[in-house]
Amino acid sequence: MGAGHTHALYVHEHSVAHRLPAHVKIVATFAVTVLIATTPNRQALAFAGFAVLLATVARLSRIPARFLLARLVVVAPFLLAALFLPFVASGPRVEVLGVSVAEAGLWGGLGLAARALLGATASLLLVATTEVPELLRGLERLRVPALLTQIAAFMVRYLEVIVAEVTRQRRAMTARGYDPRWFWQLKPLAAGLGVLFVRSYERGERVHAAMLARGFTGQLPALVEERPTPRSAWLVALVVPGIAGLVRLLAGFGDLGIGGGVG
Amino acid sequence: MSETGQPALTLADVHFRYPDGTPALDGVGLSVAAGERVALIGPNGAGKTTLALHTNGLLRAERGTVTVAGLTLEAATLREIRRRVGFVFQNAEDQLFMATVRDDVAFGPANHGLAGAELEQRVEAALASLEIGHLAARAPHHLSGGERRRAALATVLALRPDVLVLDEPTAGLDPAGRRELITTLASLDVAQVIVTHDLPLVLELCPRTVLMDRGRIVADRPTTGLLSDADLLAAHRLELPYGLQLPEHP
Repeated sequence: MGAGHTHALYVHEHSVAHRLPAHVKIVATFAVTVLIATTPNRQALAFAGFAVLLATVARLSRIPARFLLARLVVVAPFLLAALFLPFVASGPRVEVLGVSVAEAGLWGGLGLAARALLGATASLLLVATTEVPELLRGLERLRVPALLTQIAAFMVRYLEVIVAEVTRQRRAMTARGYDPRWFWQLKPLAAGLGVLFVRSYERGERVHAAMLARGFTGQLPALVEERPTPRSAWLVALVVPGIAGLVRLLAGFGDLGIGGGVG
Repeated sequence: MSETGQPALTLADVHFRYPDGTPALDGVGLSVAAGERVALIGPNGAGKTTLALHTNGLLRAERGTVTVAGLTLEAATLREIRRRVGFVFQNAEDQLFMATVRDDVAFGPANHGLAGAELEQRVEAALASLEIGHLAARAPHHLSGGERRRAALATVLALRPDVLVLDEPTAGLDPAGRRELITTLASLDVAQVIVTHDLPLVLELCPRTVLMDRGRIVADRPTTGLLSDADLLAAHRLELPYGLQLPEHP
Protein backbone atom coordinates (compact mmCIF):
# COMPACT_ATOMS: atom_id res chain seq x y z
CA MET A 1 0.00 0.00 0.00
CA GLY A 2 0.97 3.64 -0.23
CA ALA A 3 2.55 5.48 -3.13
CA GLY A 4 6.01 4.22 -2.26
CA HIS A 5 7.71 7.53 -1.79
CA THR A 6 5.45 8.90 0.93
CA HIS A 7 5.15 8.36 4.65
CA ALA A 8 2.25 6.71 6.43
CA LEU A 9 0.63 9.96 7.50
CA TYR A 10 0.76 11.61 4.08
CA VAL A 11 -2.26 11.69 1.77
CA HIS A 12 -1.26 12.07 -1.85
CA GLU A 13 -3.60 14.71 -3.24
CA HIS A 14 -3.53 17.99 -5.09
CA SER A 15 -5.02 20.81 -3.08
CA VAL A 16 -4.23 24.34 -2.00
CA ALA A 17 -2.99 22.97 1.31
CA HIS A 18 -0.68 20.48 -0.43
CA ARG A 19 0.82 23.22 -2.57
CA LEU A 20 1.51 25.75 0.21
CA PRO A 21 5.16 26.02 1.33
CA ALA A 22 5.82 23.86 4.37
CA HIS A 23 7.09 26.61 6.66
CA VAL A 24 3.93 28.64 6.07
CA LYS A 25 1.79 25.65 7.01
CA ILE A 26 3.90 25.01 10.11
CA VAL A 27 3.39 28.57 11.32
CA ALA A 28 -0.36 28.37 10.66
CA THR A 29 -0.64 25.01 12.45
CA PHE A 30 1.36 26.29 15.40
CA ALA A 31 -0.86 29.37 15.70
CA VAL A 32 -4.05 27.31 15.56
CA THR A 33 -2.66 24.87 18.13
CA VAL A 34 -1.78 27.69 20.51
CA LEU A 35 -5.29 29.12 20.16
CA ILE A 36 -6.80 25.68 20.85
CA ALA A 37 -4.53 25.00 23.80
CA THR A 38 -5.21 28.33 25.49
CA THR A 39 -9.00 28.29 25.14
CA PRO A 40 -10.61 28.06 28.61
CA ASN A 41 -12.41 24.82 29.44
CA ARG A 42 -15.90 26.26 29.52
CA GLN A 43 -15.85 27.85 26.09
CA ALA A 44 -17.59 24.91 24.44
CA LEU A 45 -18.76 27.20 21.65
CA ALA A 46 -15.15 28.03 20.70
CA PHE A 47 -14.22 24.33 20.62
CA ALA A 48 -17.19 23.61 18.38
CA GLY A 49 -16.10 26.46 16.11
CA PHE A 50 -12.56 25.06 15.90
CA ALA A 51 -13.95 21.64 15.03
CA VAL A 52 -16.01 23.07 12.16
CA LEU A 53 -12.99 25.05 10.96
CA LEU A 54 -10.64 22.02 10.95
CA ALA A 55 -13.28 19.86 9.29
CA THR A 56 -13.55 22.48 6.54
CA VAL A 57 -9.77 22.55 6.09
CA ALA A 58 -9.72 18.74 5.89
CA ARG A 59 -12.49 18.83 3.31
CA LEU A 60 -10.69 21.43 1.19
CA SER A 61 -7.41 19.48 1.46
CA ARG A 62 -9.27 16.32 0.39
CA ILE A 63 -8.22 14.42 3.49
CA PRO A 64 -10.82 11.67 4.05
CA ALA A 65 -12.58 11.85 7.42
CA ARG A 66 -11.93 8.14 7.96
CA PHE A 67 -8.19 8.70 7.56
CA LEU A 68 -8.22 11.40 10.24
CA LEU A 69 -10.46 9.49 12.65
CA ALA A 70 -8.34 6.33 12.40
CA ARG A 71 -5.19 8.29 13.25
CA LEU A 72 -6.80 10.21 16.10
CA VAL A 73 -6.55 6.99 18.09
CA VAL A 74 -3.16 8.29 19.30
CA VAL A 75 -4.93 10.65 21.69
CA ALA A 76 -6.86 7.79 23.32
CA PRO A 77 -4.78 7.96 26.54
CA PHE A 78 -5.75 11.62 26.96
CA LEU A 79 -9.39 10.79 26.40
CA LEU A 80 -9.14 8.12 29.09
CA ALA A 81 -7.65 10.66 31.49
CA ALA A 82 -10.43 13.09 30.54
CA LEU A 83 -12.99 10.42 31.38
CA PHE A 84 -11.61 10.01 34.90
CA LEU A 85 -11.30 13.69 35.73
CA PRO A 86 -14.99 14.27 36.65
CA PHE A 87 -14.82 11.45 39.20
CA VAL A 88 -11.54 12.25 40.88
CA ALA A 89 -11.73 16.07 40.98
CA SER A 90 -12.94 17.79 44.14
CA GLY A 91 -15.28 20.77 44.54
CA PRO A 92 -19.01 21.28 43.99
CA ARG A 93 -20.72 18.31 42.42
CA VAL A 94 -23.49 18.04 39.83
CA GLU A 95 -25.68 15.20 38.63
CA VAL A 96 -25.12 13.93 35.08
CA LEU A 97 -27.41 11.08 33.99
CA GLY A 98 -27.98 10.26 37.63
CA VAL A 99 -24.29 10.10 38.51
CA SER A 100 -22.75 12.61 40.86
CA VAL A 101 -19.58 14.17 39.38
CA ALA A 102 -17.35 17.13 40.23
CA GLU A 103 -18.38 20.13 38.16
CA ALA A 104 -14.83 21.46 37.73
CA GLY A 105 -13.68 17.96 36.78
CA LEU A 106 -16.46 17.64 34.24
CA TRP A 107 -15.44 20.85 32.46
CA GLY A 108 -11.76 19.97 32.84
CA GLY A 109 -12.38 16.59 31.27
CA LEU A 110 -14.36 18.03 28.39
CA GLY A 111 -11.72 20.72 27.81
CA LEU A 112 -8.89 18.19 27.89
CA ALA A 113 -10.67 15.89 25.45
CA ALA A 114 -11.51 18.75 23.08
CA ARG A 115 -7.98 20.17 23.14
CA ALA A 116 -6.38 16.76 22.60
CA LEU A 117 -8.64 15.91 19.68
CA LEU A 118 -8.47 19.31 18.01
CA GLY A 119 -4.72 19.74 18.52
CA ALA A 120 -4.00 16.30 17.10
CA THR A 121 -6.28 16.99 14.15
CA ALA A 122 -4.43 20.22 13.36
CA SER A 123 -1.06 18.39 13.39
CA LEU A 124 -2.49 15.55 11.33
CA LEU A 125 -3.70 18.01 8.71
CA LEU A 126 -0.18 19.42 8.50
CA VAL A 127 1.58 16.08 8.01
CA ALA A 128 -1.17 14.72 5.76
CA THR A 129 -0.51 17.54 3.31
CA THR A 130 3.29 17.78 3.65
CA GLU A 131 5.96 15.22 2.80
CA VAL A 132 8.66 14.64 5.40
CA PRO A 133 11.57 16.24 3.49
CA GLU A 134 9.41 19.33 2.92
CA LEU A 135 8.45 19.39 6.57
CA LEU A 136 12.10 19.29 7.65
CA ARG A 137 13.03 21.98 5.15
CA GLY A 138 10.17 24.09 6.45
CA LEU A 139 11.47 23.74 10.01
CA GLU A 140 14.94 24.72 8.81
CA ARG A 141 13.56 27.83 7.15
CA LEU A 142 11.94 28.72 10.44
CA ARG A 143 15.45 28.63 11.98
CA VAL A 144 14.97 25.45 13.97
CA PRO A 145 18.56 24.36 14.80
CA ALA A 146 19.94 22.27 11.92
CA LEU A 147 21.18 19.64 14.38
CA LEU A 148 17.60 18.85 15.40
CA THR A 149 16.28 18.66 11.84
CA GLN A 150 19.24 16.48 10.85
CA ILE A 151 18.59 14.07 13.69
CA ALA A 152 14.94 13.93 12.66
CA ALA A 153 15.89 13.37 9.02
CA PHE A 154 18.20 10.48 9.83
CA MET A 155 15.59 8.99 12.13
CA VAL A 156 13.03 9.05 9.34
CA ARG A 157 15.55 7.68 6.87
CA TYR A 158 16.74 4.76 8.98
CA LEU A 159 13.68 3.90 11.05
CA GLU A 160 12.36 1.52 8.40
CA VAL A 161 15.81 -0.04 7.99
CA ILE A 162 16.01 -0.72 11.72
CA VAL A 163 12.44 -2.03 11.87
CA ALA A 164 13.30 -4.42 9.03
CA GLU A 165 16.36 -5.54 10.99
CA VAL A 166 14.24 -6.19 14.10
CA THR A 167 11.79 -8.19 11.99
CA ARG A 168 14.58 -10.34 10.55
CA GLN A 169 16.00 -10.90 14.01
CA ARG A 170 12.65 -11.94 15.43
CA ARG A 171 12.14 -14.31 12.50
CA ALA A 172 15.55 -15.87 13.03
CA MET A 173 14.68 -16.39 16.70
CA THR A 174 11.24 -17.79 15.95
CA ALA A 175 12.65 -20.07 13.25
CA ARG A 176 14.79 -21.71 15.92
CA GLY A 177 11.91 -22.23 18.28
CA TYR A 178 12.02 -19.09 20.43
CA ASP A 179 8.55 -18.23 21.61
CA PRO A 180 8.71 -16.15 24.81
CA ARG A 181 5.70 -16.46 27.08
CA TRP A 182 7.11 -15.53 30.44
CA PHE A 183 9.18 -12.72 31.79
CA TRP A 184 12.25 -14.92 32.43
CA GLN A 185 12.30 -16.00 28.82
CA LEU A 186 13.01 -12.45 27.65
CA LYS A 187 16.79 -12.69 27.94
CA PRO A 188 17.45 -13.51 24.25
CA LEU A 189 15.21 -10.62 23.27
CA ALA A 190 17.25 -8.26 25.42
CA ALA A 191 20.48 -9.65 23.98
CA GLY A 192 18.99 -9.13 20.53
CA LEU A 193 18.33 -5.49 21.37
CA GLY A 194 21.96 -5.13 22.39
CA VAL A 195 23.11 -6.59 19.09
CA LEU A 196 20.73 -4.24 17.30
CA PHE A 197 22.22 -1.28 19.11
CA VAL A 198 25.77 -2.27 18.19
CA ARG A 199 24.73 -2.82 14.57
CA SER A 200 23.02 0.56 14.41
CA TYR A 201 26.10 2.18 15.90
CA GLU A 202 28.32 0.53 13.31
CA ARG A 203 25.92 1.55 10.59
CA GLY A 204 26.23 5.10 11.88
CA GLU A 205 29.99 4.88 11.44
CA ARG A 206 29.62 3.57 7.89
CA VAL A 207 27.12 6.26 6.97
CA HIS A 208 29.47 8.87 8.40
CA ALA A 209 32.29 7.47 6.26
CA ALA A 210 30.01 7.65 3.21
CA MET A 211 29.27 11.28 4.05
CA LEU A 212 32.95 12.12 4.47
CA ALA A 213 33.68 10.45 1.13
CA ARG A 214 31.44 12.99 -0.54
CA GLY A 215 32.97 16.03 1.11
CA PHE A 216 30.90 16.35 4.30
CA THR A 217 32.41 18.96 6.60
CA GLY A 218 30.09 18.75 9.56
CA GLN A 219 27.27 20.84 8.20
CA LEU A 220 24.62 19.72 5.75
CA PRO A 221 24.80 21.89 2.64
CA ALA A 222 21.78 23.76 1.33
CA LEU A 223 20.34 21.41 -1.28
CA VAL A 224 17.58 23.58 -2.62
CA GLU A 225 17.50 27.25 -3.25
CA GLU A 226 15.22 29.12 -0.91
CA ARG A 227 12.61 30.78 -3.01
CA PRO A 228 11.01 33.84 -1.48
CA THR A 229 7.58 32.95 -0.16
CA PRO A 230 4.81 34.69 -2.09
CA ARG A 231 2.68 36.91 0.11
CA SER A 232 -0.42 35.15 -1.17
CA ALA A 233 0.81 31.88 0.40
CA TRP A 234 1.03 33.54 3.81
CA LEU A 235 -2.40 35.12 3.30
CA VAL A 236 -4.04 31.84 2.36
CA ALA A 237 -2.41 29.85 5.17
CA LEU A 238 -3.04 32.45 7.85
CA VAL A 239 -6.73 32.59 7.03
CA VAL A 240 -7.09 29.44 9.16
CA PRO A 241 -5.56 30.78 12.41
CA GLY A 242 -7.28 34.07 11.61
CA ILE A 243 -10.68 32.44 11.64
CA ALA A 244 -9.72 30.42 14.72
CA GLY A 245 -8.81 33.65 16.51
CA LEU A 246 -12.10 35.19 15.50
CA VAL A 247 -14.03 32.13 16.73
CA ARG A 248 -12.22 32.32 20.03
CA LEU A 249 -12.94 36.05 20.40
CA LEU A 250 -16.63 35.70 19.55
CA ALA A 251 -17.05 32.71 21.85
CA GLY A 252 -15.40 34.72 24.61
CA PHE A 253 -17.90 37.59 24.16
CA GLY A 254 -20.74 35.08 24.12
CA ASP A 255 -19.52 33.68 27.40
CA LEU A 256 -19.42 37.10 29.01
CA GLY A 257 -22.96 37.75 27.87
CA ILE A 258 -24.52 34.46 28.96
CA GLY A 259 -22.57 33.03 31.80
CA GLY A 260 -20.72 36.01 33.31
CA GLY A 261 -22.01 35.17 36.77
CA VAL A 262 -20.88 31.56 36.79
CA GLY A 263 -17.22 30.68 37.24
CA MET B 1 40.02 11.88 -17.66
CA SER B 2 43.22 13.47 -16.39
CA GLU B 3 44.72 15.83 -18.90
CA THR B 4 48.39 15.01 -18.80
CA GLY B 5 48.42 11.26 -19.29
CA GLN B 6 49.50 10.69 -15.70
CA PRO B 7 47.94 7.75 -13.83
CA ALA B 8 44.47 8.32 -12.42
CA LEU B 9 45.45 6.56 -9.20
CA THR B 10 48.76 5.46 -7.72
CA LEU B 11 49.46 3.68 -4.45
CA ALA B 12 53.11 3.30 -3.51
CA ASP B 13 54.32 1.00 -0.72
CA VAL B 14 51.19 1.46 1.37
CA HIS B 15 51.27 -0.08 4.85
CA PHE B 16 48.36 -0.19 7.25
CA ARG B 17 47.50 -1.89 10.52
CA TYR B 18 44.12 -1.81 12.22
CA PRO B 19 44.06 -0.24 15.71
CA ASP B 20 44.07 -3.69 17.33
CA GLY B 21 47.38 -4.43 15.60
CA THR B 22 46.07 -6.69 12.82
CA PRO B 23 48.19 -5.99 9.75
CA ALA B 24 45.94 -5.29 6.76
CA LEU B 25 48.17 -3.83 4.05
CA ASP B 26 51.79 -4.85 3.80
CA GLY B 27 53.50 -2.71 1.18
CA VAL B 28 50.92 -2.40 -1.56
CA GLY B 29 51.80 -0.72 -4.86
CA LEU B 30 49.31 -0.19 -7.65
CA SER B 31 48.88 2.20 -10.55
CA VAL B 32 45.71 2.70 -12.56
CA ALA B 33 45.80 4.63 -15.84
CA ALA B 34 43.22 7.23 -16.76
CA GLY B 35 40.11 5.51 -18.08
CA GLU B 36 41.43 2.02 -17.21
CA ARG B 37 39.23 -0.61 -15.57
CA VAL B 38 41.00 -2.81 -13.04
CA ALA B 39 39.53 -5.67 -11.03
CA LEU B 40 40.70 -6.24 -7.48
CA ILE B 41 40.07 -9.83 -6.40
CA GLY B 42 41.12 -12.03 -3.50
CA PRO B 43 39.73 -14.16 -0.66
CA ASN B 44 37.78 -12.68 2.25
CA GLY B 45 40.06 -10.76 4.57
CA ALA B 46 42.72 -10.21 1.90
CA GLY B 47 42.63 -6.45 2.44
CA LYS B 48 40.71 -5.47 -0.69
CA THR B 49 38.24 -3.17 1.04
CA THR B 50 41.00 -1.79 3.28
CA LEU B 51 42.96 -0.92 0.16
CA ALA B 52 39.89 0.66 -1.41
CA LEU B 53 39.33 2.80 1.69
CA HIS B 54 42.85 4.18 1.28
CA THR B 55 42.12 5.55 -2.16
CA ASN B 56 40.07 8.42 -0.79
CA GLY B 57 41.65 8.80 2.62
CA LEU B 58 38.89 7.20 4.67
CA LEU B 59 41.79 5.16 6.03
CA ARG B 60 45.22 6.78 6.16
CA ALA B 61 48.36 4.80 5.39
CA GLU B 62 50.99 4.43 8.13
CA ARG B 63 53.61 4.44 5.45
CA GLY B 64 53.51 4.98 1.70
CA THR B 65 51.69 7.43 -0.52
CA VAL B 66 48.42 7.65 -2.41
CA THR B 67 48.26 9.89 -5.47
CA VAL B 68 45.12 10.73 -7.42
CA ALA B 69 45.57 12.33 -10.83
CA GLY B 70 48.86 13.86 -9.76
CA LEU B 71 47.62 15.06 -6.37
CA THR B 72 49.24 13.41 -3.34
CA LEU B 73 46.92 12.52 -0.48
CA GLU B 74 47.57 14.60 2.65
CA ALA B 75 45.46 16.63 5.04
CA ALA B 76 45.40 19.66 2.76
CA THR B 77 44.32 17.72 -0.34
CA LEU B 78 41.88 15.36 1.37
CA ARG B 79 38.82 17.27 0.23
CA GLU B 80 39.83 17.47 -3.42
CA ILE B 81 40.94 13.83 -3.38
CA ARG B 82 37.55 12.80 -2.09
CA ARG B 83 35.93 14.63 -4.97
CA ARG B 84 38.22 12.95 -7.48
CA VAL B 85 37.69 9.45 -6.11
CA GLY B 86 34.08 8.35 -6.36
CA PHE B 87 33.64 5.65 -3.74
CA VAL B 88 30.63 3.34 -4.08
CA PHE B 89 30.16 1.46 -0.83
CA GLN B 90 29.29 -2.20 -0.64
CA ASN B 91 26.00 -1.52 1.08
CA ALA B 92 23.94 1.09 -0.76
CA GLU B 93 21.88 1.42 2.43
CA ASP B 94 24.85 3.16 4.01
CA GLN B 95 25.56 5.31 0.99
CA LEU B 96 22.06 6.72 0.57
CA PHE B 97 21.37 8.62 3.75
CA MET B 98 19.17 11.51 2.66
CA ALA B 99 15.39 11.52 2.51
CA THR B 100 15.16 11.44 -1.29
CA VAL B 101 17.36 10.20 -4.11
CA ARG B 102 17.58 13.73 -5.50
CA ASP B 103 18.86 15.15 -2.20
CA ASP B 104 21.37 12.34 -1.93
CA VAL B 105 22.76 13.02 -5.39
CA ALA B 106 22.91 16.75 -4.58
CA PHE B 107 24.74 16.15 -1.29
CA GLY B 108 28.25 15.73 -2.74
CA PRO B 109 28.26 18.60 -5.23
CA ALA B 110 26.63 20.90 -2.66
CA ASN B 111 29.40 20.08 -0.18
CA HIS B 112 31.83 21.16 -2.87
CA GLY B 113 30.17 24.50 -3.27
CA LEU B 114 27.66 24.04 -6.07
CA ALA B 115 24.30 25.74 -5.63
CA GLY B 116 21.22 26.88 -7.47
CA ALA B 117 20.77 26.11 -11.16
CA GLU B 118 24.30 24.70 -11.46
CA LEU B 119 23.61 22.17 -8.71
CA GLU B 120 20.27 21.29 -10.26
CA GLN B 121 21.90 20.64 -13.65
CA ARG B 122 24.60 18.47 -12.10
CA VAL B 123 22.00 16.37 -10.29
CA GLU B 124 19.85 15.98 -13.37
CA ALA B 125 22.82 14.99 -15.51
CA ALA B 126 23.94 12.34 -13.00
CA LEU B 127 20.42 10.91 -12.71
CA ALA B 128 19.99 10.95 -16.49
CA SER B 129 23.31 9.19 -17.15
CA LEU B 130 22.03 6.26 -15.06
CA GLU B 131 18.49 6.53 -16.41
CA ILE B 132 16.97 7.03 -12.98
CA GLY B 133 15.51 10.51 -13.39
CA HIS B 134 12.12 9.07 -12.45
CA LEU B 135 13.43 8.04 -9.03
CA ALA B 136 14.47 11.55 -7.98
CA ALA B 137 11.65 12.10 -5.49
CA ARG B 138 11.68 8.57 -4.07
CA ALA B 139 12.96 7.62 -0.64
CA PRO B 140 16.07 5.38 -0.85
CA HIS B 141 14.57 2.70 1.39
CA HIS B 142 11.69 2.22 -1.03
CA LEU B 143 13.93 1.36 -4.00
CA SER B 144 14.72 -2.10 -5.34
CA GLY B 145 18.26 -3.44 -4.99
CA GLY B 146 19.18 -2.56 -8.56
CA GLU B 147 17.68 0.92 -8.37
CA ARG B 148 19.48 1.51 -5.09
CA ARG B 149 22.82 0.53 -6.59
CA ARG B 150 22.30 2.91 -9.50
CA ALA B 151 21.26 5.70 -7.16
CA ALA B 152 24.44 5.10 -5.13
CA LEU B 153 26.46 5.32 -8.33
CA ALA B 154 24.69 8.56 -9.27
CA THR B 155 25.66 10.13 -5.93
CA VAL B 156 29.35 9.80 -6.78
CA LEU B 157 29.09 10.47 -10.54
CA ALA B 158 27.57 13.83 -9.64
CA LEU B 159 31.02 14.75 -8.28
CA ARG B 160 32.62 14.13 -11.72
CA PRO B 161 35.34 11.87 -10.31
CA ASP B 162 38.58 10.79 -12.03
CA VAL B 163 38.40 7.32 -10.52
CA LEU B 164 35.47 5.19 -9.45
CA VAL B 165 36.15 2.72 -6.66
CA LEU B 166 33.37 0.15 -6.36
CA ASP B 167 33.20 -2.30 -3.47
CA GLU B 168 31.30 -5.45 -4.47
CA PRO B 169 29.01 -3.64 -6.90
CA THR B 170 27.04 -6.72 -7.98
CA ALA B 171 26.58 -8.37 -4.58
CA GLY B 172 22.93 -9.14 -3.96
CA LEU B 173 21.64 -8.03 -7.38
CA ASP B 174 19.35 -10.19 -9.47
CA PRO B 175 20.74 -11.24 -12.89
CA ALA B 176 18.92 -8.47 -14.77
CA GLY B 177 20.03 -5.86 -12.24
CA ARG B 178 23.59 -7.18 -12.49
CA ARG B 179 23.45 -7.03 -16.29
CA GLU B 180 22.19 -3.42 -16.23
CA LEU B 181 24.95 -2.43 -13.83
CA ILE B 182 27.63 -4.05 -16.01
CA THR B 183 26.29 -2.21 -19.06
CA THR B 184 26.35 1.04 -17.11
CA LEU B 185 29.90 0.54 -15.84
CA ALA B 186 31.07 -0.34 -19.35
CA SER B 187 29.60 2.89 -20.67
CA LEU B 188 31.31 5.17 -18.14
CA ASP B 189 34.38 6.99 -19.37
CA VAL B 190 36.25 7.05 -16.07
CA ALA B 191 38.96 4.91 -14.47
CA GLN B 192 37.45 2.15 -12.33
CA VAL B 193 38.75 -0.08 -9.57
CA ILE B 194 36.24 -2.86 -9.02
CA VAL B 195 36.55 -4.91 -5.83
CA THR B 196 34.63 -8.12 -6.40
CA HIS B 197 34.21 -11.88 -6.13
CA ASP B 198 32.20 -11.85 -9.38
CA LEU B 199 34.77 -13.36 -11.76
CA PRO B 200 32.52 -13.38 -14.85
CA LEU B 201 32.13 -9.63 -14.35
CA VAL B 202 35.89 -9.29 -14.10
CA LEU B 203 36.31 -11.20 -17.34
CA GLU B 204 33.73 -9.05 -19.09
CA LEU B 205 34.70 -5.59 -17.86
CA CYS B 206 38.33 -5.52 -16.79
CA PRO B 207 41.27 -6.19 -19.12
CA ARG B 208 43.52 -6.19 -16.05
CA THR B 209 43.18 -8.00 -12.72
CA VAL B 210 45.00 -7.54 -9.43
CA LEU B 211 44.95 -10.47 -7.01
CA MET B 212 45.43 -9.71 -3.31
CA ASP B 213 45.97 -11.99 -0.34
CA ARG B 214 47.07 -11.26 3.24
CA GLY B 215 47.59 -7.58 2.59
CA ARG B 216 49.88 -8.03 -0.40
CA ILE B 217 49.44 -7.96 -4.14
CA VAL B 218 50.11 -11.51 -5.31
CA ALA B 219 49.55 -11.04 -9.03
CA ASP B 220 48.85 -8.13 -11.38
CA ARG B 221 48.23 -9.41 -14.90
CA PRO B 222 45.94 -9.37 -17.90
CA THR B 223 42.64 -10.88 -16.78
CA THR B 224 42.40 -13.88 -19.11
CA GLY B 225 45.91 -14.99 -18.23
CA LEU B 226 45.35 -14.65 -14.50
CA LEU B 227 41.96 -16.34 -14.49
CA SER B 228 43.23 -19.29 -16.52
CA ASP B 229 45.88 -20.03 -13.88
CA ALA B 230 43.81 -22.54 -11.89
CA ASP B 231 46.60 -23.29 -9.42
CA LEU B 232 47.09 -19.63 -8.59
CA LEU B 233 43.37 -19.17 -8.06
CA ALA B 234 43.10 -22.28 -5.88
CA ALA B 235 46.06 -21.18 -3.77
CA HIS B 236 44.11 -18.05 -2.87
CA ARG B 237 40.70 -19.57 -2.24
CA LEU B 238 39.30 -18.57 -5.64
CA GLU B 239 37.84 -20.60 -8.46
CA LEU B 240 36.08 -19.93 -11.73
CA PRO B 241 32.32 -20.48 -11.61
CA TYR B 242 31.22 -23.88 -12.91
CA GLY B 243 30.82 -23.87 -16.68
CA LEU B 244 32.58 -20.57 -17.31
CA GLN B 245 34.62 -20.70 -20.55
CA LEU B 246 37.65 -18.46 -20.83
CA PRO B 247 38.42 -17.01 -24.24
CA GLU B 248 41.62 -18.20 -25.94
CA HIS B 249 44.84 -16.69 -24.63
CA PRO B 250 45.80 -13.56 -26.44
